[in-house]
Amino acid sequence: MKFNLHNTQRAPGRLATFSELGRHGNTSMETPGCLLYTRCGSAPNLSHDLLSGIEGVPLVTQIPLPTIVESSDVLEAFGQGVAAFSGRPDTVVCTCTQDPGKSTPTGFNDKKSVSVWAAGGRKKLTLEGFLDLQEVLQPDLMEALSDGDTPADSSSKRVKKSVDRTLEFLDGCLDAKQSRQELRDVEVLGVIEGSELLEERLRSARETAKRPVAGYVLDGFHEESMEERTRWSIMKAVLNEIPEDKPRFLPRVGRPDEVLRAVELGVDIFDSTFPYEATERGCALVFSYALASPLPNDAVSRHTPASASSVDDCLGDDGGTVCDFDGQGENGDLNSRTVYEMKLSDQRFVEDFTAVVEGCQCYCCVNHTRAYINHLINAKELLAGVLLMIHNFHHFFQFFQSVRKALRDGTMQRLKAEINKCR
Amino acid sequence: MAAPMTKMPSALSLEILAECSTTKARTCKLELPHQTVDTPVFMPVGTQGTMKGLTTSQLEQLNCQLILGNTYHLGMRPGPELLEKAGGLHKFMNWKRALLTDSGGFQMVSLLELAEITEEGVKFQSPYTKEEMLLTPEKSVEIQANIGADIIMQLDDVVHSLTTGPRVEEAMYRSIRWLDRCIAAQKRPREQNLFAIIQGGLDTRLRTICAKEMVKRDTPGYAIGGLSGGEEKDYFWKMVTLSTDILPREKPRYCMGVGYAVDLVVCCALGVDMYDCVFPTRTARFGSALVKTGQLHLNQKQYAKDFRPIDENCDCSTCKQHTRAYLNTIAGRESVACQLISVHNLKFQMDLMRDIRQAIIDDRYPAFIKDYMKTVYPAGDYPTWLRDSLASVNVDLNS
Repeated sequence: MKFNLHNTQRAPGRLATFSELGRHGNTSMETPGCLLYTRCGSAPNLSHDLLSGIEGVPLVTQIPLPTIVESSDVLEAFGQGVAAFSGRPDTVVCTCTQDPGKSTPTGFNDKKSVSVWAAGGRKKLTLEGFLDLQEVLQPDLMEALSDGDTPADSSSKRVKKSVDRTLEFLDGCLDAKQSRQELRDVEVLGVIEGSELLEERLRSARETAKRPVAGYVLDGFHEESMEERTRWSIMKAVLNEIPEDKPRFLPRVGRPDEVLRAVELGVDIFDSTFPYEATERGCALVFSYALASPLPNDAVSRHTPASASSVDDCLGDDGGTVCDFDGQGENGDLNSRTVYEMKLSDQRFVEDFTAVVEGCQCYCCVNHTRAYINHLINAKELLAGVLLMIHNFHHFFQFFQSVRKALRDGTMQRLKAEINKCR
Repeated sequence: MAAPMTKMPSALSLEILAECSTTKARTCKLELPHQTVDTPVFMPVGTQGTMKGLTTSQLEQLNCQLILGNTYHLGMRPGPELLEKAGGLHKFMNWKRALLTDSGGFQMVSLLELAEITEEGVKFQSPYTKEEMLLTPEKSVEIQANIGADIIMQLDDVVHSLTTGPRVEEAMYRSIRWLDRCIAAQKRPREQNLFAIIQGGLDTRLRTICAKEMVKRDTPGYAIGGLSGGEEKDYFWKMVTLSTDILPREKPRYCMGVGYAVDLVVCCALGVDMYDCVFPTRTARFGSALVKTGQLHLNQKQYAKDFRPIDENCDCSTCKQHTRAYLNTIAGRESVACQLISVHNLKFQMDLMRDIRQAIIDDRYPAFIKDYMKTVYPAGDYPTWLRDSLASVNVDLNS
């Protein structure tokens, strides 16, 4: 595995190539980028055929353990790993301990185990059980086992414990790379815990950085877990503590304004639960990420593909939640709509025969109208989730392309301004 | 009952490519306004303007040429006014090939407890607004005109196939009267083909009267209705073959609600051209995959470590990419499982119809039937109705 930084400045963000991933020597991804969120190795609502029709599908497939843990005996019998089992043998797999697309119940972890919630209920993962599972999954990258159960009101004692246990688990995972033949080539990502206690965060970061990890996962920075004002300052402090030459992962953060902010601080890789969650609430991402020409922003905005619809439609009349941007409030609920999306079940789209995003090249926008998707949602038809997932993935993946371009061209400020138009 | 005087205009043409020299089977090219359809054809049911999570591109890839929409559902949601504004269902759902809509009557009688049938039409309460509504033959034709399908169905008086007594006769005669009202109400006969529906329960005399009366009306096509409701198969096939004997050779025949493979093979031998059924997609929702020998209930434990595809000989995208074990893992948990199995099940139906058509063209349909039944009943324990129905078209399963 290689991680080559193309620019060394910390701000306004890092451009890098992440390559030679695991068994897939000749593959590479450009960062900032995102992982492909899947459940059991399938993108939500999408067959592999439909997925492969989307432009810019991430190279690395994220497989949350709760979605596959119950099939460990099946995978053992299968013997070729979860990528082949899920029908995409050529994908690069990164496992993560919890499902970033679902909220995890709190209060179930103990000294020896971490609980995950599968379809059939709670599953306790000890370090040994976790490693056994990884052996049958055969991922290219694995997030080390971690105890990230530190909700906002956790005591400092609990937070300290979570850091200690997570480090112990990490050591166990790294040892297993030596002792278990099947895990030798699996890259291990160290998980940084510490909730909102700066000193614990720094301790977690420093201790993790001492170990031979392939990259860092900044756990617990998603909006529901932490107060907005401490969040970015802690993230900045943590990023200062870890070496520059390895990728930094930030799970569960996907709102475009937050992605840009994290990229500027030096985060490289995100997941794609944001477009999934938008799909789940019947919404289409409509924020504008396109910088069409070097004209002043306000002159450009009306002509870029997404902006034509985004501003008015984002600020809907359905009482949908408008998330705060700079920490004036807390709207961290996974179910709350952000200003970056359009709620297509809304009455005002019933007779709207235009594309979700005019000019968007995804299958959904090229072939279907807002009125049709409105009908599908109201009729509770499966195709609604299929088409929205196609559009939202496309939109999100294109957004990352645009982030990389802005970093290359030095136009991050303009991209931020474009994104902020949605507010 | 007065038969019409004029020849009815039609928006279809039927070219018979081959007829079986033994059975009544035939294969045709059915030219409809949006698509030339190869018959015998199976029409998947896309109730509300969509097919169980499949995109229209996927349906095209599966070689679906003609799909069905339900007037009752579409009339409620999104509603005929919206569909008219959208330019019809084709444009609304972006389906470029052929569509057929039913009359809406069957759903009302079968789904709604409060439906009441009078000479005027079907009176029912909207499940959405609780408002009392009346579906007349004229209204049904009007809604179907807004939907804009290639083939529209007359409103018929549907009685359950197990009903006996004077109600069956009443419904049969009323269906003829309602057909006349549908014909009179139809405004777009050169864009849409109105099909008559033969009723008459399981009574030979009533079916015969109905079929003959409807043939006089010279509609562009004919459906055999009121069957597939759990009646004895012995009656079922007799009603089908009686109808195809009366129906004109040059018009398409559609047997409503038939979709099991064995029934399709038999009905083709009896001379039917078109079929529809929710079965392949409905059963997929419950994790059930179609194979020649029956169904695999993929959520059962026996498939948990079965690393074969659903069918090794199937070249659908699901069989090419996935094992039974993977489908077992995600069935009932991930919505994509329903789509993956639907893709396979529709491919199964499409392939079956393709094989039937080819066998008819090659004039080896009787051998095809025998092979097929041998696969389904390897022990040779054919049900009586199957032997009898096939014997009626000169195919002896025992020879």
